[in-house]
Amino acid sequence: MILDHFISKAAGADRSRSAEHVSRRTFIKAGAAAGGGLMLSLRLPLVKGDAQAADAAFAPNAFVRIERDGRVVLTMPYVEMGQGTYTSIPMLIAEELEVELKQVTLEHAPPNAKLYGNPLLGGVQATGNSNAVRASWKPMRQAGATARTMLVAAAAKRWNVDPASCSAQSGEVLHAPTGRRMKYGELAADAAGMPVPENVALKPAKDFKLIGTPAKRLDTLAKVNGTAVYGIDARPPGVKIATLAQSPVFGGRVKRVDDAAAKAVKGVRQIVQLDDAVAVVADHMGAAKKGLAALKIEWDEGPHAKLNTSDIAAELEKATLSAGAVAQNIGDVDKAMAGAATKVEAIYQVPFLAHATMEPMNCTVHLRNDGCEIWVGSQAMVRIHEAAAKTAGLPLDKVVVHNHLIGGGFGRRLEADGVIRAVQIAKHVDGPVKVVWTREEDIQHDMYRPYWLDRLSAGLDGQGKPVAWSNRFAGSSVVARWAPPWFKNGLDADTTEGAIDLTYALPNMHVEYVQTEPPGIPTAFWRSVGPSHNVFVTESFIDELAAAAKQDPVAYRLALLDKTPRAKAVVALAAEKAGWGQPLPERVGRGVSLQFVFATYMAQVAEVEVSKAGEVRVRRVVCAVDCGTVVNPDTVKAQIQSAVNFGISAVLHGEITLKDGRVEQTNFDTYQVLRMNEAPAIEVHIVQSSEPPGGMGEAGTSAIVPAVSNAIFAATGTRLRRLPVDAARLKL
Amino acid sequence: MAFAIKINGSTHSVDVDGDTPLLWVLRDVLGMTGTKFGCGMALCGACTVHVDGAATRSCITPVDSIGDSAITTIEAIGATPAGAKIQKAWIDREVPQCGYCQSGQIMSASALLASNAHPTDPEIDDAMSGNICRCGTYLRIREAIKQAAQSTG
Repeated sequence: MILDHFISKAAGADRSRSAEHVSRRTFIKAGAAAGGGLMLSLRLPLVKGDAQAADAAFAPNAFVRIERDGRVVLTMPYVEMGQGTYTSIPMLIAEELEVELKQVTLEHAPPNAKLYGNPLLGGVQATGNSNAVRASWKPMRQAGATARTMLVAAAAKRWNVDPASCSAQSGEVLHAPTGRRMKYGELAADAAGMPVPENVALKPAKDFKLIGTPAKRLDTLAKVNGTAVYGIDARPPGVKIATLAQSPVFGGRVKRVDDAAAKAVKGVRQIVQLDDAVAVVADHMGAAKKGLAALKIEWDEGPHAKLNTSDIAAELEKATLSAGAVAQNIGDVDKAMAGAATKVEAIYQVPFLAHATMEPMNCTVHLRNDGCEIWVGSQAMVRIHEAAAKTAGLPLDKVVVHNHLIGGGFGRRLEADGVIRAVQIAKHVDGPVKVVWTREEDIQHDMYRPYWLDRLSAGLDGQGKPVAWSNRFAGSSVVARWAPPWFKNGLDADTTEGAIDLTYALPNMHVEYVQTEPPGIPTAFWRSVGPSHNVFVTESFIDELAAAAKQDPVAYRLALLDKTPRAKAVVALAAEKAGWGQPLPERVGRGVSLQFVFATYMAQVAEVEVSKAGEVRVRRVVCAVDCGTVVNPDTVKAQIQSAVNFGISAVLHGEITLKDGRVEQTNFDTYQVLRMNEAPAIEVHIVQSSEPPGGMGEAGTSAIVPAVSNAIFAATGTRLRRLPVDAARLKL
Repeated sequence: MAFAIKINGSTHSVDVDGDTPLLWVLRDVLGMTGTKFGCGMALCGACTVHVDGAATRSCITPVDSIGDSAITTIEAIGATPAGAKIQKAWIDREVPQCGYCQSGQIMSASALLASNAHPTDPEIDDAMSGNICRCGTYLRIREAIKQAAQSTG
């Protein structure tokens, strides 16, 4: 998700923010750690408040401790949810500190926005938007270099030699002329008394030992032997298990409950009735589910009882007929369109999507009169801390949140709804209660990737080059709800990313966004959110223009990329590695896509096969990526493999629909996700670069979607302007 | 009523309704949380355990259907030759991302390997397509199974 631009302005020509835009000023203080070692307190400067921060009292938000036993302990504000952050960030520190990666251990940061705010998220403590490495790139290396310099100074003082004659390696300081050496642990206490150096020099890329070299992830062992603890695994003593039914129509309420049969189920302890939900509290989930099935609930369905998805789509289509907020304007589109030799028009639409994280929503709460304890896996600790306190009616300092590993985030766990619901239930329960949603509840009461609808037109000159590009689209702004101050003048940077910042030479371009919030269905961030929609639309439409110009899709793109060499390079590389242009059997086709989002350039070529029945199989995906400096190449590859499969799920299967106000999909039979037998071969080619790192967790998802739909066009001649794939349209 | 079930070599007595799925006996009654809940309908494989060596979805396996059968869970699979090879390959190939589904993946893969020392790609697909990974680690799962099959371990 894209939450990083809000700082600067609503949208406009702002580009994806990469690490170089973070202030170069990093504040570091040093002192003795509680255990007698060296403690470095680090300030990751807030982009927005950087000027003020210089004058304000020093407020560190990350901590590095060097213990007397030589361990390096890092407290950092990001959450591990599979993206490899727990390995990539320690690599940055270890590189400059000259320690081995295995010497660095991590502690979860407690919720505190002031201390742990993510600088690219404007100081909000949240893990999202593919930006942990981007935000940490410089400050974490500076912290490592500072600590190393102080440890060397401490050793030099002890030996009474010039610090310049000493060096650091593998957690030791060496004095080569005399062969003396001391471990960091022995020097940590002395180092705490050394002056903090100003302007430490950072290694040039050619000297990197860890950065750029594949590193084993630090969290793997616990994930293969069953000992990794996720939120759903929390078991405070005496915990009861609850499961729930929320109003099947959003906005409905409980009218009447007959719980006699449910109470008779062995192991059921209690039925909790809320305004819009009913929960069954039991000794174990088996009894809770059985009790839930035995409940007879009558609902007052409220105002959305007749709502269907088609109503929402019609509303969006209508919205695109009126002017919206201008997100991008270059040149004079009307004039250029009037003079165009050919005009191409299209309407695109993408459906609501569920997150369907493998770990269903859950939260454990122990609410007492004088305090509240929460066990959960969250991407947004501060947000849930505040929501829990408010719901419990307690001051923040009486609420303790224990964060856990996350069994899939994808934006779902940036929301506080599951925590609020659990606290509401806990108010009626003595002792701790773990609220676990069934898969059906998880899918039918998700907060969904928005439905968006785009109306596009373009004008081509006599040679087929685009001279005018116009796009007006309508749908929900997640940012407007999640962080209202970041929604300005009818725009936000997530909803428009990928729609306004194309890398092609488009001399006349006009993009408008019409915020249209759907009734009766909540929306939220999702893997690659805005770009998951915009890149599909723009890259499909460019493909349509190439077809209208009767030109090869790769050649057509390359001809428009002379001013953006990094973009041009990834297209050329992906095409070459994919064997673009080589003959393919009938009903097999290749499609290409290009994007610059999350500060990363990416091109993909998908190869698909379409059966006579219209079923699509993605056989092979080739991805070329330029994400600046690569910290952990294996993580980059893993994230692209992951994001590609996530995107293919969406193209082939993903769709949440409403009928009579109810989500029609219930479980993995009706909300299908990619399985191993459908998973393609995926090749990743990384462009070497010394630019600052770009984001990696989400980019692959948005890029694959148009690559597949363009490949389907190549294989069948049918252009899909609405997702997911409709096999009936592709049938022979 | 009370049931005596054999899990990872020990016998446990649990007092639950006979139709209670084994998954909840493991997780909530016995506190063995390595086995995961994903769907409750045998659609995703996160809850996979072995019943007498066969990969079984514990979320739809009533406790009264188990009888004398031996249950093996992720907590003990490393003690079997196939399980140890699979776990090692999972680490070598850096398979897990969020990791939540991996207990189930490893249980399915180790059952496959125990019954078929050198599975082909289609056999791997057959054995593993019931296990969903939302992080999309399928490529590495396939590579890891092949590595494990080749290791002498």
